[in-house]
Amino acid sequence: MLKIINLHVNVANKKILQGVNLEINPGEVHALMGPNGSGKSTLANVLSGKDGYEIKKGKIIFFKKNLINFEPENRACEGLFLAFQYPVEIPGVSGINFLRTTLNSVRKYKKQKELDGVNFLKLLRKKAKIIKMDEKLIKRSINTGFSGGEKKRSEILQMILLEPKLAILDETDSGLDIDALKTVANGVNNLKNKDRSFLVITHYQRLLNYIVPDKVHILSNGKIVKSGDKNLAIELEKKGYEGLV
Amino acid sequence: MSPDVETKKTIKSITKKYKYGFTTDIESDKAPKGLNENIVKFISTKKKEPKWLLNWRLKSYKAWKKMEEPNWSMVKFPKINYQDSYYYSTPKTKKKLKSLNEVDPAILSTYEKLGIPLEEQKRLAGVAVDYVFDSTSVATTFKEKLAKVGIIFCSFSEAVQSHPKLIKKYLGTVIPYTDNFFATLNSAIFSDGSFVYIPPGVRCPMELSTYFRMNAENTGQFERTLIIADKDSYVSYLEGCTAPMRDVNQLHAACVELITLDNAEIKYSTVQNWYPGDEKGKGGIYNFVTKRGACRGNNSKISWTQVETGSAITWKYPSCILQGDNSIGEFNSVAITNNLQQADTGTKMIHLGKNTKSTIISKGISAGKGQNTYRGLVRMGPKATNGRNFTQCDSLLIGDKCGAHTIPYIEVNNKSAKVEHEATTSKISDDQMFYCRQRGLNQENAVSLIVNGFCKEVLKELPMEFAVEAQKLLGISLEGSVG
Repeated sequence: MLKIINLHVNVANKKILQGVNLEINPGEVHALMGPNGSGKSTLANVLSGKDGYEIKKGKIIFFKKNLINFEPENRACEGLFLAFQYPVEIPGVSGINFLRTTLNSVRKYKKQKELDGVNFLKLLRKKAKIIKMDEKLIKRSINTGFSGGEKKRSEILQMILLEPKLAILDETDSGLDIDALKTVANGVNNLKNKDRSFLVITHYQRLLNYIVPDKVHILSNGKIVKSGDKNLAIELEKKGYEGLV
Repeated sequence: MSPDVETKKTIKSITKKYKYGFTTDIESDKAPKGLNENIVKFISTKKKEPKWLLNWRLKSYKAWKKMEEPNWSMVKFPKINYQDSYYYSTPKTKKKLKSLNEVDPAILSTYEKLGIPLEEQKRLAGVAVDYVFDSTSVATTFKEKLAKVGIIFCSFSEAVQSHPKLIKKYLGTVIPYTDNFFATLNSAIFSDGSFVYIPPGVRCPMELSTYFRMNAENTGQFERTLIIADKDSYVSYLEGCTAPMRDVNQLHAACVELITLDNAEIKYSTVQNWYPGDEKGKGGIYNFVTKRGACRGNNSKISWTQVETGSAITWKYPSCILQGDNSIGEFNSVAITNNLQQADTGTKMIHLGKNTKSTIISKGISAGKGQNTYRGLVRMGPKATNGRNFTQCDSLLIGDKCGAHTIPYIEVNNKSAKVEHEATTSKISDDQMFYCRQRGLNQENAVSLIVNGFCKEVLKELPMEFAVEAQKLLGISLEGSVG
């Protein structure tokens, strides 16, 4: 479903990604690990189309379409979801309103019928239950004044509501206590099926105990230097990046 | 009878009764260009007004001649030549179109986005409506319902004839004819407007809207509105509509006076969407409005809610004079300026009585090269013991060529009074935009969502149907402001 070919990306004339190659097949969970500054978040942002990144070379093929020519909203509507490392506060916009507006926007793109208030609420309640999200929280302005854990939970709720084909989780585990971590993992596992894939960006092996990856990649200096199965993450935990890279 | 024929008939009947030694051809649709005493007399004559009202108009005209156009606001515009316009023309019905196909597609697309029903679109665009949807009969039904509880709701001219005592008692008591350049001009030459009287103890059973008032067409230029809520009464009044309004007259100078007696409440909501001019600032309405309410009675309340998206220039300060003890004034405002629009708007809260309270929530949004100014006065008089005011002024900037200004004036003459002022200025951040777009919203919808969130506190004060349309309107007004 996703094929990244020889991707080179600069930020303010600085080379960040220097020839990334990665292929994710339907139903697979990939973990992307790597030291600080290796380009993990850059890759996530470039995939989702954020401004400020200069693509020097390479292709990003998503279901046979070259994503580089797509606006961020169209990538989202095509089924690419990014769970943000730092979810953004939008004062005055309630979670319910935000979720409904975005869901209907995606549905419209897919030429599906937009959901009315009643049907949307039904769906939302069902989904919120999966990750034990308090309804009061969804009624508040989205992410505004949320704790770190609440923000991440809210990201996962959006993910399971939008049902993307590929979800990128950018350090969703950072700042989570063990219970929240399990709930988040539960959300991901609940959504997992043979057609849906995940790219999980993390610093720690801990999350991978709950979301078991099919493949683990290590990104260093803008390149994937090593790939393996879940054992690579365990090995990394023991030896550290210096011992492996 | 078509309004045209009706007007001519009325005018004919007037000419027989009134003789002011007046030479202008009374049969003509228009008074000659320019402004002088004869024009004022002409208007008054055509309207069959009583002598005292003509005198009031003439006094206003004399006062206006000595006044100068104010120049203290932040708005800039070329000098208006007041002798170069027409001040009276008979209300002509617009040329009726046969179907919506004849309407400007740009206007239709806006109607579409606002979600205005098809029949309503026809009415707004001036398409002849079929007999199934007859707005006149709707209005009549409402009128009957109101009359049952003793509410008077009619055009100002009608009220001058049918309720002269009420008009004489209240007209100009909140906005004196000498008040300011534009209000004084209005007092001299006002065309028509609305009159509402709610009798003691009556809670108006519906939202009153200019939409249900007959003869509402072509009164926009120098409108005069007077609303009186007698003791223990309540009324919610809606002015304007979200659909874009075009007018051949560039200068608008309306006056609105509200009066509440003991325990009465008036809620006045406005959505103003006059033509703002094109991207280069060409055309567009100059809107110089004086709106003021007096809480005359104890425990009375006046609240202004406004959504200002149109006009090239908006100059408007809906105010409250809190005379009665324990009276409450509220001002909730959203003002958007895009392209080359300019808005200088705010309020005055004049606390005179004891325990008077006021709240000001102002949300200014500037995009394009728009300039948005909040200007507000909070005055605590010497007798305003325990007076309270809370003011919150938030400005949102979109892009880097627009401006936001906040000019609060605070005068406190009573030691027990408390005045709070909070102000913020923010920008729609790139991160917020990206976050929304990553979830599948295009740029325009993302801006609209963020702006609606910013204005939420004000929008929730609008009556339900109005609020839904206003939300969409905010998005439409900001189209093209990003990207």
